[in-house]
Amino acid sequence: MEAIILTIITAATPLLLAAMGELVVERSGVLNLGVEGMMVVGAVCAFGAALGTGSIVFGILAGIAGGMLMGLLFAIMTQTFLSNQVATGLALTLLGLGVSGLIGESFVGQPGVKLGQIHIPLLSDLPVIGRIVFGQDVLVYGSFALMIATSYVLFKTRTGLIVRAVGGNHHSAHALGYNVVGVRYAAILFGGACSGLAGAYLSLAYTPQWVENMTAGRGWIALALVVFASWMPVRVMIGAYLFGTVWIMGLFVQAMGYGIPSQLLSSLPYLVTIAALVIISGNRTLTKINSPAMIGQPFVPDR
Amino acid sequence: MPKAPHKQSTNEAPLLEVQHITKMYGDLAANSDVSLAISKGEIHALLGENGAGKSTLVKVIYGSLQPTLGEIYWQGEKITITNPAAARELGIGMVFQHFSLFDALTVAENIALALPGKLDLATLSDKISTVSRDYGLPLEPTAHVADLSVGERQRIEIVRCLLQEPKLLIMDEPTAVLTPQEAEQLFLTLDRLASEGCAVLYISHRLEEIKRLCHNATILRHGKVVGHVDPQKETANSLANLMVGSDIHTIGSRTANVRGEVVLAINDLSAPPDGPFGVALKDVNLDVHSGEIVAVAGVAGNGQGEFFDAISGERAGNTPQAVKINGNDVGNLGIVARRKMGAAFVPEERLGHGAVPEFSLSDNVILTRYATGDAIVASGVIDNTVANDIQIRVSDDFDVRKGVPNPEARSLSGGNLQKFVVGRELDREPVLMVINQPTWGVDAGAAALIRQALIDLAGRGAAILLISQDLDEIFETADRIAVISRGQLSDARPSGDLTLEEIGLMMAGAHEKSDDKENSEAVSA
Amino acid sequence: MKIILEKRPFKSKKMALLSPLLAIGLTVFFGGIIFAMLGLNPFRALYVYFIEPVTSWWSIEELIVKAAPLILIGVGLAICFEAKVWNIGAEGQLTMGALAGSMIPIFFTGWQSPLVLVAMLVLGALGGALFGAIPAFLKTRFNANEILTSLMLVYVAQLLADWLVRGPWRDPGGFNFPKSVTFEGWQVLPTFGDGRVHIGAILAVVAALVLAFMMAKTLKGFEIRIMGNAPRAGMFSGFSPKKTIWFSMLLSGGLAGLAGICEIAGPSGHLQPSISPGYGFTAIIVAFLGRLNPIGVIFAGVMLAISYLGGEAAQIDLGVSARISQVFQGMLLFFILACDTLIIYRIRLMAGSDPKTTRKIMAEAGD
Repeated sequence: MEAIILTIITAATPLLLAAMGELVVERSGVLNLGVEGMMVVGAVCAFGAALGTGSIVFGILAGIAGGMLMGLLFAIMTQTFLSNQVATGLALTLLGLGVSGLIGESFVGQPGVKLGQIHIPLLSDLPVIGRIVFGQDVLVYGSFALMIATSYVLFKTRTGLIVRAVGGNHHSAHALGYNVVGVRYAAILFGGACSGLAGAYLSLAYTPQWVENMTAGRGWIALALVVFASWMPVRVMIGAYLFGTVWIMGLFVQAMGYGIPSQLLSSLPYLVTIAALVIISGNRTLTKINSPAMIGQPFVPDR
Repeated sequence: MPKAPHKQSTNEAPLLEVQHITKMYGDLAANSDVSLAISKGEIHALLGENGAGKSTLVKVIYGSLQPTLGEIYWQGEKITITNPAAARELGIGMVFQHFSLFDALTVAENIALALPGKLDLATLSDKISTVSRDYGLPLEPTAHVADLSVGERQRIEIVRCLLQEPKLLIMDEPTAVLTPQEAEQLFLTLDRLASEGCAVLYISHRLEEIKRLCHNATILRHGKVVGHVDPQKETANSLANLMVGSDIHTIGSRTANVRGEVVLAINDLSAPPDGPFGVALKDVNLDVHSGEIVAVAGVAGNGQGEFFDAISGERAGNTPQAVKINGNDVGNLGIVARRKMGAAFVPEERLGHGAVPEFSLSDNVILTRYATGDAIVASGVIDNTVANDIQIRVSDDFDVRKGVPNPEARSLSGGNLQKFVVGRELDREPVLMVINQPTWGVDAGAAALIRQALIDLAGRGAAILLISQDLDEIFETADRIAVISRGQLSDARPSGDLTLEEIGLMMAGAHEKSDDKENSEAVSA
Repeated sequence: MKIILEKRPFKSKKMALLSPLLAIGLTVFFGGIIFAMLGLNPFRALYVYFIEPVTSWWSIEELIVKAAPLILIGVGLAICFEAKVWNIGAEGQLTMGALAGSMIPIFFTGWQSPLVLVAMLVLGALGGALFGAIPAFLKTRFNANEILTSLMLVYVAQLLADWLVRGPWRDPGGFNFPKSVTFEGWQVLPTFGDGRVHIGAILAVVAALVLAFMMAKTLKGFEIRIMGNAPRAGMFSGFSPKKTIWFSMLLSGGLAGLAGICEIAGPSGHLQPSISPGYGFTAIIVAFLGRLNPIGVIFAGVMLAISYLGGEAAQIDLGVSARISQVFQGMLLFFILACDTLIIYRIRLMAGSDPKTTRKIMAEAGD
């Protein structure tokens, strides 16, 4: 039981990290479908840096940097060149998968550096809850901190208000004198950092190795999560853990040997994602009220 | 009520003075050598019809635009206003015609976005309650903007400015979206501000208002100043002449048409709102006869869009009989079926709804006429030559000015595109014409042409349903007038029987069913 | 000094033709740089990658074999994207089409007749169309985003194929290899001469021509263009967004399914767990490179087929990872999108807010 909960946490964390970043991006009115690409680049950069330097910290930083670089590319294309956001996001994913595959060629099969779990004397040794609550790795705690910080900034500070305003009506925001493009650049870079961090988590903590396309669609699930959570940070956390559970349940049931084809169990996360999207999107009032009205629309100021 | 003359000490420099302002867009001079001066506590009108350059001048003063030439003096000192934030720091506030509001946020959050400094919603909310009540424009700080009426939204814009204690308040066509009673309340507020020393620059093309409110007026035409006058000494006619010159077509006097059979019958039409922020239609009844023009008056946001969509067929009616054309039930038929019966429709938005901006004019002809007997389409294949011939004919008949023979719709000016969109339908000689905001944002020449064309069409026996916010337009063209408010339609009465005040009351909901009326009274209290 | 994008009064036809060429040029240029960074002679590498694939008959045949599915799927996606229906799941529809069409040889192994071929192709198209109907249904009924649903279904389809080929549909006489029975006779697509070019290539070109006509000359094409461009105007015109979504998804799904069965019944000859090397995704790039125009898609398909062959050649001749193809394809899509901006916008240099300088610049620019 304890093992299951531990694996659910490790499965949910990358989803939570990536989705939180994308939530901020979408709140600012931008749709970045390139989460998968940014994540996988983050993963390969983190792995390579950790392998090369032997330092986990460098690995994490490299993962964040890789994600941010991809994010910057997306920002330039969509905010400065005003390219179609859907197509650019797809391009980012394709490029990310290709580039990461290329860079990671020499990493395949190499043992990686694992992100260790913390150990607080006494607390971590408590029965049952000890390891679960006090024995996680830093990034797990980081993901919760990220959620709390995002929630606070978005709803309680001027910065967050400006982000929501830009996503709600970029013409009004511009008329009030706010730098719409600047705000979106910042949001996209933040999203890239989060996706990169999520990727780093995969190659440093989840399974400390590099496998091509190791994100396996998690980036897309993170995107679905944001919609599912109606762009609210706490709901993203709930969603991430729900999906983490489904992901792990599949593996778990398989291990129990009921004779259910492994492929069916592997397809559960994707089917559940579809179901979740259908349920949430079907409630049009909920979506319309919460969704950032400007999402996907490029901002071209009148001269 | 005559306006008390504005007292100004002659030794003081004016609060704001602009000299020789010119703003070029390529070859077009939006403003050309414009100069004017405003003193403390003065209410100064900026008068001109659509396209005269009023908005451009005001954006220059507010820092949204930089002038190509010219100087600005504030309290005697020459300055440059680099952006709206700089203008606000000087003490200039502006209430735009198109609000800069965020539907998904609350009143307090909206106002906070416009004010500098740390975010403190609690203190701000208190200030909002106090100030808004004091000035007669009450607001609830925690309300979501999406739930507010247009008049209430304007209050947010005004209170937003008032909280920054402005020295000069610029208002761009504020009464376009208000009922006559709301407008009067606004005038009281502005009078009070002026008496406290705040100057007001008031943009409008409504002559009676200018006379009621303003101490001085500057009149623009085609980007140039054509006069500085005292509105108290002028008549509406003299002001109109200055505004428009003599290049306007005067509407031919209306002879009473023979009213024929009912062409369009609307029976107990109800419809749900158009999304979470729309207005529900409730038991709407109306008949439009051949040879008559029936106008539906109403301030924006009272269900006009839903009403139009239900009649055009873009939304299905609640019953098949809810909408009848020439006696046939069309409530559950689509727009093409209704067009085939001889109905024509012109929606409020020309770009994106009535026409596709990126399509050529000939493609835009195909848009409404591929199924109505013009032989544009045969066995699914389009004949572009036929479409283009129609486009050329419409452009010629309706004086559509365009740069190339078959341009993209978005390259036409507002007036020309509207002439095209209306002409495209009139060219079909429809038996029923339903048109929403016929001349919104259109220059006077085009507006006159369109209104005359509609009057002529009625003269030839067509039935016309005209939805408009412009009461002047309505009184000029309509035989009968009904008022829509919160999705409910009043009875249609002959235009001669109605006064402006009665219409104003109906716009505020006097005709609504009793339980709704209680609610509306509570809100406007 | 600021660089500003200013909307052109009308779309530049000149740039519409130049933009794909410019994008290809930039890709080649930066590709050379990547090769150099990998320690190779860039010119030789570029030659191997781009030129060699078109130098021999054999490789031209391979080119057509690879271009055919790209074009077939690409034209369907072009229509879909023109309607702003974002079908990202063509790879899944391709897979389902392959599975559906393969049912004939697998369940009726002995049946031989020209009807077999027809039945396989029809089933393939139907399979793809029905699978494409799922995102269409979810979108029209529940407003579920078709990008995410169609993409999730790709994973589902691939897992289904994996299970079938390794399990129930595995060739019993196949020594436990994860593949189906080998198709024979009428179950295999006819080819031209002894080569590998199969009738799938004809289907692709025919589809492109038919759809080009549809888009340019018919009311259906008008409907697609208007619903993608201005949906409100489209409804005012009498069209239904739901019908447009259904049409686009069924069409692109059907064409993808057809491409899928052609791949299996053509070059492959049997079902295996991996049905296509990502044609469904590459076709997205093909659609954009072809400017969402069916005729353009033909050229774009050939171009991207070259990139596939080039990748294989680079792997063999230069020892470069096969991943290089994907990098090139991603880069190409990026450059297309960037260059496309120039069709709608014009680049202007603007001075800051000083009116005198602005006036001077405008006068000098002859504005």
